[in-house]
Amino acid sequence: MRFRKTAAPAAEADLTPMIDMTFQLIAFFMVLINFSQSEQNDKVILPTSELAKPVDVPIEFPIIVHLTSEDAVVIGGDKVDLAALRSRMQPEIALLKLEGKGPADANIIIRSHRTAPGGRVQDLINRCQELGFEQFALRVKEEI
Amino acid sequence: MKFRHKSTQEEKNELPMTPMIDIVFLLLVFFIMTFKISAQEGDFNVKMPLQGDGTPVDNTQLPLKLRLRSNGGGDLQEILLNDRSFGTDWSQVRGYVASLVGDASGPTQDEGPEVEIDLDYDLYYVHVIEAITAVTGYRSGDEIIKLVDRIKFAPQRKN
Repeated sequence: MRFRKTAAPAAEADLTPMIDMTFQLIAFFMVLINFSQSEQNDKVILPTSELAKPVDVPIEFPIIVHLTSEDAVVIGGDKVDLAALRSRMQPEIALLKLEGKGPADANIIIRSHRTAPGGRVQDLINRCQELGFEQFALRVKEEI
Repeated sequence: MKFRHKSTQEEKNELPMTPMIDIVFLLLVFFIMTFKISAQEGDFNVKMPLQGDGTPVDNTQLPLKLRLRSNGGGDLQEILLNDRSFGTDWSQVRGYVASLVGDASGPTQDEGPEVEIDLDYDLYYVHVIEAITAVTGYRSGDEIIKLVDRIKFAPQRKN
């Protein structure tokens, strides 16, 4: 008499739920990841304020300027001397003009270190005013 | 002659899962590592056109001049609002501003009282933000009650 060979029972675990969960986790972290690294500077610790509220509408034409603890001005990763601010801002202004706007439409976002002298911030604002910028935003961290 | 049935040899048409799971785990680890919890950030808006002959005269009903004195080392020594001293107590300043401004319908970017901040050059920026926080409004529960929405800086003091 012949016996048909039975196939060995598969000892594989069911991977589907695990893969589902893993994809969910990936999606979660992908959504939360902060890509705005250029907006950050590790030499800047922002002051806190209880009134800080994240902006609802995206700011038009933002230009982020950092004022670090070492009293340096950093724009887009470049260390800029205050006296040389004009030449650094020229491309930005040209870009604005290309879109039919002027420096008055741009927003200068100032991220200054907590213990930077207030007068330095004023210096920075004055320099920007000379270039035609009018709208400034002082960035602060939410108080927890 | 014997024919071997093809169906006896079960065809495996399952996808290989191992490489996919490897990659998925790598991605997961990458996102977990780069995940950074950071506090939310917000802005205080300051509108400051360059002072020139074209600027109209200020239509501020209430001139609010906030003078911040530094102790020489960058720390706050004295707060003066319209020449009235408040020591270093921001809550008093806020109360005074609230009593001046009242509970009007709330300021907007174009009208309402304006505060001019006049600070010593070396005063730490954190105190400037404290000043702006004190005069712009206060938080009651989850809501923010606005007092003043227009902030400007006085001409700089050079020392």
